[in-house]
Amino acid sequence: MADLSKQLQADVILAGKDKRPLNIIGGNSKAWYGREVVGEPLSLAEHEGILAYQPKELTLKVRAGTKLSVIADALDEHRQRLPFDPPYFGESATIGGTMACNFSGPRRPYAGSARDFMLGCNIINGKGEALHFGGEVMKNVAGFDVSRLMVGSLGTLGVLLDVSLKVLPHREAEQTVALPASFAESIAIMSKWAATPLPVTAMCSDGDFVYFRICGTNSAVQRSMKEIGGTMHGGGFQLWKDLREHELPYFDDPRPLYRLSLPSAAPFASLEGVLVSDWFIGWGGAQRWLKSDLPLTVVQAYAKSLGGTASIFRHGNRGDEMFAPLPAPVMALHQRLKASFDPHRILNVGRMYKDL
Amino acid sequence: MDSKQQQIIIDLQAILPAASLLTSKEALTPYECDGLSIHKGLPLAVALPETLAQAQAIVRSCTKAKVPIISRGAGTGLAGGAMPTQGAVVLSLAKFNEILEIDEHNLTATVQPGVRNLVISQAVAHLNLYYAPDPSSQIACTIGGNVAENSGGVHCLKYGLTVHNVLGLKILGIDGEIFELGGKALDNVGYDLLALMHGSEGLLGIVVEVTVKLLPKPELAQVVLAAFDDVEKAGQSVGDIIAAGIVPAGLEMMDALAIQAAEAYAHVGYPINAQAIVLCEVDGTTNSVADYIARVEKVLHEAGATEVRTSQDEVQRLQFWAGRKAAFPAVGRLAPDYYCMDGTIPKAKLPEVLKQISVWSEAFGLPVANVFHAGDGNMHPLILYDANKAGELKKTEAFGQKILELCVQVGGTITGEHGVGVEKLDAMCVQFGAAELSQFLAIKDAFDADGLLNPGKAVPSLHRCAELGRMHVHNGQLPHPELERF
Ligand SMILES: Cc1cc2nc3c(=O)[nH]c(=O)nc-3n(C[C@H](O)[C@H](O)[C@H](O)COP(=O)(O)OP(=O)(O)OC[C@H]3O[C@@H](n4cnc5c(N)ncnc54)[C@H](O)[C@@H]3O)c2cc1C
Repeated sequence: MADLSKQLQADVILAGKDKRPLNIIGGNSKAWYGREVVGEPLSLAEHEGILAYQPKELTLKVRAGTKLSVIADALDEHRQRLPFDPPYFGESATIGGTMACNFSGPRRPYAGSARDFMLGCNIINGKGEALHFGGEVMKNVAGFDVSRLMVGSLGTLGVLLDVSLKVLPHREAEQTVALPASFAESIAIMSKWAATPLPVTAMCSDGDFVYFRICGTNSAVQRSMKEIGGTMHGGGFQLWKDLREHELPYFDDPRPLYRLSLPSAAPFASLEGVLVSDWFIGWGGAQRWLKSDLPLTVVQAYAKSLGGTASIFRHGNRGDEMFAPLPAPVMALHQRLKASFDPHRILNVGRMYKDL
Repeated sequence: MDSKQQQIIIDLQAILPAASLLTSKEALTPYECDGLSIHKGLPLAVALPETLAQAQAIVRSCTKAKVPIISRGAGTGLAGGAMPTQGAVVLSLAKFNEILEIDEHNLTATVQPGVRNLVISQAVAHLNLYYAPDPSSQIACTIGGNVAENSGGVHCLKYGLTVHNVLGLKILGIDGEIFELGGKALDNVGYDLLALMHGSEGLLGIVVEVTVKLLPKPELAQVVLAAFDDVEKAGQSVGDIIAAGIVPAGLEMMDALAIQAAEAYAHVGYPINAQAIVLCEVDGTTNSVADYIARVEKVLHEAGATEVRTSQDEVQRLQFWAGRKAAFPAVGRLAPDYYCMDGTIPKAKLPEVLKQISVWSEAFGLPVANVFHAGDGNMHPLILYDANKAGELKKTEAFGQKILELCVQVGGTITGEHGVGVEKLDAMCVQFGAAELSQFLAIKDAFDADGLLNPGKAVPSLHRCAELGRMHVHNGQLPHPELERF
């Protein structure tokens, strides 16, 4: 457990003076995500440790370099967890990288995303200023919500030093059931159950089956299983973990992996040149994976027609744009915000968009 | 009125029908303040557009003439966020009150900003859906105002604040252009400007359309009411419930004065001799509610509750809540005026903070009733005073400022849900340093370089904080309270 904040701050100040770009690295488990960054590595891995954990407050404050596994163990001792169920994509995964990517797991539609559980943070902006935003309490509307703005900003606005998060208790019982269904049928079925108060905490479809995870008290789980029907899926625990970590056989493919973020009930219509088996549907329909060599513009046009966005999640050409383009006025705001946090353009320049 | 002001009135007259533009003193007076009536001001004009084209034209005219714009929903804000300032145009969104779409497949509703909070839930009730955030002002406050304040309600411990329940926004920027953030999908690309807009108090853009998430109504909700003979024990029980692995839908607390006031007002059978009550609601499927209610009752007994009652039907559940929800008006009958604070603290600090508040209450000679979103640590001490007594308002504000400073000291924040507005500008100087405030001002600049959107609210100038520092604001006394307070 080491506090490297002073050193990190000095590094950023120096880099700013010389206008030397930096490449911020946590556990390096998500090095493949976003665009390629040219810059001197700024490692957060050793800036780690749990700073405060109050189970009764449902809050946790940790240094950015703290491993997800360390956090999970500490929470587990009090039968609590990170509600957004973050994927690790590698044992070295840190909370800082997770928050910078805004990565959430299968529970996301029902519990919320990484950004939803962000309460506060300390950061170093590109001017080398150490800043504190938000707090360690659950409600806070003092000042602009910079803490949530940091989530998903891929290190382009500031170096996350530590984060305060809301945590929640573990659910007691958990079961997974499977029903045979095509993608189109799956979307209809998932939408139907999403509109009921049953304690469903994950839904996905591989095009052959639709899977439901139900979590709650024992009696609630038993009853929900009966209502949803289908067969009990013994490998449920592994299924959701493998889906979260992209370790299902589906993900074993060298082609670019697209992530489509869509309204959950958007109809399933495949694209020209795409096989049904190139799809996988998660988040109850709201997150759809596609393995394809089609260009981003084509997939994005498709996603846009359904009311969402498409981005290349993995295996793309990292010199090109990886994320759905932003409308011009929104991109202009991004650039002005970037300039306000990082006027020397040294923090993860180009990791999100070429011009950011 | 100078010539610039005369010109903007002429411009607005060309955009709006006569009835949608208010300029006379009598017509402007109803807009002189929001829910925080101790801060008042008269604007140059109030514009009530009905179409986006009109709203855009108004913004363009104001931008060209460099006239400030103050967005306004229902004016129920409690921090002076929508309070007019001299020479500004108030842009009322009240006429944008249509529900544009209810999408029962994607579980969303797209509404105009002037739609009232409760109306959304009413409009989708037949589908067994609802919109979760439920500020006590929900019959009156607008969804646009909710976004601008990131409002909470008694159910936000489990269901989150406004920011957790909004999927998309349409924003009218200061250049008169409209842009979209989010939509009906869950995660978006780029920076989370959707989150940034929440709680930005009308400083970054004008919310002209909101897409909210709808939730299935829980099958059953039950609330447990526990009475305590000691506030500390009640506070302790709140942490015990959480530690037992229960996430209540609502977890509220009231102290003796608040209980007595609420009971006298609402006649709901609250135990008037109790020092504190805890209200704990659990919702979900019928089976899980039964399981959890049994556990909540057990925890409350073990925490030393003198009485534990559980609602047996929907009528009784609403009755248990009616007292809590009417707490503000009820306390309002105890004194000519009350001043509502909104600090948030770690729950464990509750006994300490309540004790200190009661010591100060004695010292200032001002009674305090405490209403508390206990589950998420959001306190609402209500300071009772009489504005007609010379010096009492000043004393009250000084007391309030001390409470906010204490909240920051124990690791909390100056505002949990009501916002900064004009009211807490000084407290912002306590919570943030110059570097953070500069970053806030830079963000403001990125959206609104000329500083025309609700200027002078939410984020204090560095100058103001520096002045306060020199003048020892920590004693809660300002030599020139009229300065920059309009
Ligand atoms: C009795 C009472 C109980 C309350 N209970 C609660 C509670 O439980 N929880 C809670 O959080 N709050 C509560 N409030 C405070 C208040 O109701 C909320 O802050 C509410 O969200 C304000 O909505 P409004 O439409 O009245 O906004 P207004 O007061 O009109 O405006 C509030 C702020 O939002 C800005 N604004 C308004 N509309 C827009 C728009 N379309 N675009 C951009 N900016 C805009 C204004 O400029 C201003 O800064 C309570 C208030 C009262 C009087």
